[in-house]
Amino acid sequence: MSNRRIFIRRSAAAASALAFPLVGGAQPKAVKVGILHPVTGALAYSGQQCREGALMAIDDINKTGIKALGGAKLEVVLGDAQSTPQAGTAEIEKMNEAGCAAVVGAYASAICLATTQAAAKYNLPHVVDVGVADQIVERGLKNTFRFGPGYRTCAQIALSNLHVLNTAAGKPAKTVMIIHEESLFGTGTANLLAKELPGFGYEVKEVVKHANPTRDFNNIVLRMKAVNPDIVIPANYYNEYALLVRTMQQQKVAPKAIYSVLGGAASSYKFVKEFPDAANGIIDCNHWFNPKDKRALELKKRTETKNLFYSYEVFNTYTAVRLLADAIERAKSAERAAITDALASSTFSDHFLPYGPTRFENGQNTGAQPLMTQVIKGDIRVIVPRDYREAEPIFPLRS
Amino acid sequence: MSFDILFASVLNGLTTGAIYALVALGLTLIYGVLHIINFAHGAALMVALYGVYGLKSAWGVDPYLALPLMVPAMFAFGYALQRGVISRASHGKDENILLVTLGVAIVLENLALVLFKSDTRTIDTAYTLTTVPIGPAFIALPKLLAFAGALVTSALMLLIVTRTDLGRAIRAVAKEKQGAKLMGIDVEHVYAMSFGIGLACLGAAACFLLPAYYVNPQVGAGFVLVAFTIVVLGGMGSFAGALLGGLLIGVVESLGGLVLGESLGQIGIFVIFIAVLLFRPTGLFGART
Repeated sequence: MSNRRIFIRRSAAAASALAFPLVGGAQPKAVKVGILHPVTGALAYSGQQCREGALMAIDDINKTGIKALGGAKLEVVLGDAQSTPQAGTAEIEKMNEAGCAAVVGAYASAICLATTQAAAKYNLPHVVDVGVADQIVERGLKNTFRFGPGYRTCAQIALSNLHVLNTAAGKPAKTVMIIHEESLFGTGTANLLAKELPGFGYEVKEVVKHANPTRDFNNIVLRMKAVNPDIVIPANYYNEYALLVRTMQQQKVAPKAIYSVLGGAASSYKFVKEFPDAANGIIDCNHWFNPKDKRALELKKRTETKNLFYSYEVFNTYTAVRLLADAIERAKSAERAAITDALASSTFSDHFLPYGPTRFENGQNTGAQPLMTQVIKGDIRVIVPRDYREAEPIFPLRS
Repeated sequence: MSFDILFASVLNGLTTGAIYALVALGLTLIYGVLHIINFAHGAALMVALYGVYGLKSAWGVDPYLALPLMVPAMFAFGYALQRGVISRASHGKDENILLVTLGVAIVLENLALVLFKSDTRTIDTAYTLTTVPIGPAFIALPKLLAFAGALVTSALMLLIVTRTDLGRAIRAVAKEKQGAKLMGIDVEHVYAMSFGIGLACLGAAACFLLPAYYVNPQVGAGFVLVAFTIVVLGGMGSFAGALLGGLLIGVVESLGGLVLGESLGQIGIFVIFIAVLLFRPTGLFGART
């Protein structure tokens, strides 16, 4: 008898043990999130950097999942915009079909302009990770949110700081040449600068536009030689920026300062490592992390252990995905409309970017700002504003 | 605009033009001598560039040391392509050749797209950034070497065509196919040899080009139109014409870019092209017929 009782007791225990995981295993439904970047084509490097940043954020978020949704994990739907707005739009269609709750992307302004609009058709929330053109958030699209600063903010901050630096140095710089890439980002930034610079007393000698990709900057640099500007302002993507500065080095053109506004390689550890001489002294007004925040430095270390460079693409997209996860948490729902509302009223603060309080106005985070950095002794140091300063600015670089 | 700047721009144009000339040299043999309109010329250049890129990135072979590998490899590729595909599929009709080479170009470009994606790739060598001062200008060393390479290659081509039996056979086939056949010349073989030599030129061009340039699946398109222009400009089948035409186009493009801006720079090329067609339809060095 006792054997039978033991048998029954053990069977019951075994049965409940078997049954228990079934109860515990009822996982909440994963939330699909579209991660869309130009990972092939002319912008492949930047697009891949963005994707890495996004994937690291997803890893971090999925350690606990979305608590408000019972620990639901984020499920990634990857997209490739192939460096063209058309391909980006096609990917949005696919992400909508796949049932994504929201999209984060798509790096380049011209691509973001197209993808946010395509996503708006489906009320699909779209967090813009970089895309600095202000038109992106000025079309009244309810689904579009940009956490970082736009190019108007960046250009204004860059100009007022240039004026401060130049005045402090006894106004050695009077003339400027602007070199920009031909798409929305470069053209828009260059137009803003060319309009504002004369007001600060600078003469804009020349504004030169170039295509992506451009593989020969000799002619542009020869024009630069002829014009002989005090300051050169480039606004272009990584490859062209790097080649332009290298060609300037080849042709022995050395202005008083290379002062970039959203320069593609000006505050890039990759550029500084590969071409330390060409990079030395370059000033940039760009997306940057709070150098005094431990979390920013931890992510830097983590990025570097993956043999990647810690570029603005990485930490901007990382933060954009965290912003979205925070909104899903606040929305307590994976519904698109609820996430959109949560983003619009977000006060997201668990991040390491040097921004003021998060507040979205027409989709733009009003707390966002760029920092000014300079390449000093093979490292990128923050020079302005004072709150984040790591090194004193060197201006002019050459007298 | 000062003399120094113009001088530098002209030198820069000459070195760019040398690369154009290298690409056009191969084309002038195929198109100018044999009248094969080879739309796959750009795609073949792309294949050669990927070859050089692959050798460098996989085994660290310097692009200039890749010359003895790439030139025979591209020759074999050209020979096989003409003998195995183009000749068989076209049945000797010119309009078929046109479509077959276009088809080959599309296949090659899309194969590259599958294998390498659409990324733009470059190689970095110790001398990529090295410059040589010439008067008041600084010229990148890879471009200077490309210039020398173009001169040597065109001299070699001229030697092959004028001084060797193969060259005589090529000229005979170009002039009178039936007659050449009656004289015992293997016409199919000569066609394939010419095509092979044409593509071998691209092998050399790729080795000289890549240190200062880039490769992606669409890279050939930018060259093929310019190369056709040069062939017609220089005179069909004229090697000296291809060389000088290439240099001229390079300089015109460079000065155009300097004066009119990068986007409008190429306008001068086509103005000259139209002018030559209007006033000297046989090209600068073309034989009058």
